[in-house]
Amino acid sequence: MNEFQERKVKLKWHEPKKNYDVIIIGGGGHGLAAAYYLATRHGITNVAVIERKYIGGGNSGRNTTIIRADYGIPEAMAFYKRSVDLYYQLEQETDRWMMFKPKGMLRLMHSEANMQSAIKRAHTNTVFGSPTDILSAAEVSKMVPEIDMTGGGKYPVVGGFLHHAGATARHDRVNWGLAEGANKHGVHIHQRTAVTDLIMSADGSKINGVRTDKGDMYADQVLCAVGGHVTSIGNMAGLRLPIRTHPLQAFVTNHYERKFEPIVASLLLHFYISQTARGEMLMGAHVDRQPAYNYRAGYDFIQHCAHHAMTILPFLRKMRVLRQWTGLCDMSPDASPVMGLTPVEGLHITTGWGTWGFKAIPASGESVAETIATGKQAELIKPFGLDRFAKDRTMGDLGSTGTH
Amino acid sequence: MSMNISCPFCGDRPLEEFAYGEVYDIPESITDPDERNLDRAFFYNNTAGVQREAWFHSYGCRRWIYIQRDTITDRIVKHE
Repeated sequence: MNEFQERKVKLKWHEPKKNYDVIIIGGGGHGLAAAYYLATRHGITNVAVIERKYIGGGNSGRNTTIIRADYGIPEAMAFYKRSVDLYYQLEQETDRWMMFKPKGMLRLMHSEANMQSAIKRAHTNTVFGSPTDILSAAEVSKMVPEIDMTGGGKYPVVGGFLHHAGATARHDRVNWGLAEGANKHGVHIHQRTAVTDLIMSADGSKINGVRTDKGDMYADQVLCAVGGHVTSIGNMAGLRLPIRTHPLQAFVTNHYERKFEPIVASLLLHFYISQTARGEMLMGAHVDRQPAYNYRAGYDFIQHCAHHAMTILPFLRKMRVLRQWTGLCDMSPDASPVMGLTPVEGLHITTGWGTWGFKAIPASGESVAETIATGKQAELIKPFGLDRFAKDRTMGDLGSTGTH
Repeated sequence: MSMNISCPFCGDRPLEEFAYGEVYDIPESITDPDERNLDRAFFYNNTAGVQREAWFHSYGCRRWIYIQRDTITDRIVKHE
């Protein structure tokens, strides 16, 4: 454990035990949220979270921190609405400042067709409890005066779509808050512990525990909340997974001296931009077409994304790129997550968090915790089970991802 | 992520000129034809290591080429 992380996250260290009720592989947002809700909602505290690196060091700390619920299909709208609701009370509940800031999410529309689909989506979102308004071009301009309404002469802004619940939060603080909250209730968090294998029953139909580089641990329920290397864990259990791992890139500029309130996104130009608490302009995102497991970033993405963003927001011309980073996205074929029970008894999964993982942390944690505690797939995530592919009940929602 | 792919027709060209194509590799252990179709449609090997893949040189000679790439280091192990 290094000094920095010890000062920031006050975690109590526990000696690894032999037996737990639940073992969670992966100490990212989803794993920690599951541990937190298991402890607080279901009273299951004999839980271990196993993290290969350190808390907040994986893909939970490598996203673009957007929280929103304006999704395209009813099942997803209900799920992400729940997630946003939980986010709004998370700071109070964990008593930890997460820099949560409601901002509103403004999507720009560039054509009649864009506008039509936006109107449809705004209505369905409003019906599903996330108030969303359609704005005229004049209202968009008044809200964000920086926008060039001619779109550089090429992509004129004809209107907007304002999703009021849109917000941002500091990603590692969310992890720290959940980790501390779970830890306070007695959950063991083992950092710098890598899972090397799963302990399966003789016929491979049931999971009994995990093998780690710090020794074996046994539990009847194991949750795989791994980001990136989920297929490796699946292979250990003999499971085929509908996941491909792609790098996702994003970057921030230097400090912008004025307040830039909403999150601005353009589906046509494939970019979204928001201001961080430090005043930097955060832009993303781009999913590399080829699967890969590395964190390398490239110039072509900065070039494309910056070009598109500058078309709409000319003030960005004066800004400089400060940092660029890459996270790993587990993309499912229908662009929806995969959560809940698996064919292996006792093994639960939460994966497929392509570009929608951060905003789903509380709802996924809550639903997966419920599934573990009751042994039945929670109502909210019933449509998102691993069995949906064999049943041909896919949840296609690629249009809501906001990346390309 | 940027890297160069050596096209047998055009030489060493940057990645942006190519389109990625998947080479499906369904495990032999799945024998049922329906299961194989299901696997073909939705499931992936998602190899952490060297995998065979096809790239289409869309801004070049417009031909498919095959390479073997290590997905962890992004190094191209072999041009076929």
